[in-house]
Amino acid sequence: MIRVVLPGNLRTLARVGSVLELEVVGPATQRSVIDALEAAYPALRGTIRDQVTKRRRPMIRFFACEENLSDESPDEPLPEAVATGAEPFLVIGAMAGG
Amino acid sequence: MSTVRLLVGTRKGAFVLTADGKRERWEVEGPHFAGWEVYHMNASPADPDRLYASQSSGWFGQVMQRSDDGGKTWDAVGNEFHYEGEAGTHTWYDGSPHPWVFARVWHLEPSLSDPDTVYAGVEDAALFRTVDGGKSWQELPGVRTHATGPSWAPGAGGLCLHTIVLHPNNPERIFIAISAAGAFRSDDAGETWRPINRGLHSEGIPDPKAEVGHCVHRLAMHPSRPDVLFMQKHWDVMRTDDAGESWHEISGNLPTDFGFAIDTHAHEPETIYVVPIKSDQHHFVPDGKLRVYRSRTGGNEWEALTKGLPQGDCYVNVLRDAMAVDSLDSCGIYFGTSGGQVYASADAGDSWNAIVHDLPPVVSVEVQTLP
Repeated sequence: MIRVVLPGNLRTLARVGSVLELEVVGPATQRSVIDALEAAYPALRGTIRDQVTKRRRPMIRFFACEENLSDESPDEPLPEAVATGAEPFLVIGAMAGG
Repeated sequence: MSTVRLLVGTRKGAFVLTADGKRERWEVEGPHFAGWEVYHMNASPADPDRLYASQSSGWFGQVMQRSDDGGKTWDAVGNEFHYEGEAGTHTWYDGSPHPWVFARVWHLEPSLSDPDTVYAGVEDAALFRTVDGGKSWQELPGVRTHATGPSWAPGAGGLCLHTIVLHPNNPERIFIAISAAGAFRSDDAGETWRPINRGLHSEGIPDPKAEVGHCVHRLAMHPSRPDVLFMQKHWDVMRTDDAGESWHEISGNLPTDFGFAIDTHAHEPETIYVVPIKSDQHHFVPDGKLRVYRSRTGGNEWEALTKGLPQGDCYVNVLRDAMAVDSLDSCGIYFGTSGGQVYASADAGDSWNAIVHDLPPVVSVEVQTLP
């Protein structure tokens, strides 16, 4: 079980609370987590990564275990603590804009 | 008694305002989609409870919303906007080729007869359509792939297809406008397009009378005379009497002919409304006075409508999609400002009231007249 924390605007859009729990098929990677997230909550499609390129949107960041994982490969395994659900995978809206 | 429902899109959410036919007391619902930009909300003429909204954000991209109960509840629908085939390039601000990239939906125009069919005008400029109530969107690529497309350059707000006007009786005929390419017409339901800019004169482009490159801000049509179109261009208010084959200027005695919004009276096809804006460098009303100008003669002769509008220290803008007209008698006129006010007139513009004062900057206003 992977725990995911979304920014407030996406929680409202997906109609979920502060922490989501997701079953992920296979190794826990950025790609498999976002795949599972979009499958469970279709309203989130396109809001975290581009629907065509599958690239992370420019003003979205991925944090976990006090590390910035944003620029790692989407197929890189996530930290063990995230894979086991001990630590959440954080989807962050960058501090910017008005 | 009839009900009037206003659909107000703002920089930070959407609001639904309702009143009875007297249009004196308004209930405000919202914000829907709080914190998101809502470039446009619009309703199906075939099913007044069916609404669509374009919700976007610099962080989270484009989301499309649909309501089946007149705006009380909303559900996210499809938000995939893929350009057909090779997207190609248009011209960037510095003159270099720039890839066509989808940014957001500017305008939604529901079909006049089918609640599940909606046209969407997007940035970078293209026309999309859904025929399944918003679940999926398909491009009508004839716009973007027009032979002149590589020469189109964005206006200050982006290369946006912001205006879609459907012919009331002929489903084959559609008018669109793009900043800064100009006006286009299709006579085969959106398959192919041709520029309709003859008569436009724009000093800001190398050839002021070029076939394309004009920053058309908005088109308006009265459904009883679909060959007559009115245009607010970047500068100049224009008119065509032959469905865009030729245009002539009708700015007349306006204090400035820059502006964004233009609309027609519900029952008088020769009565039109604009909100003059000082200039493209200022983007606020001239002389600190918020004035709607009305022509009862199809242009050239304009009267200032000021009763109830601020006539000092006012420096707001009124954007292209932020004016709407209801179909009651006498018809109501509505517009929203960059200062977050929505003004309403229940007497065709003779007098005005601010029905809300402090919304986020208003981007769009549509109105429904309900039985």
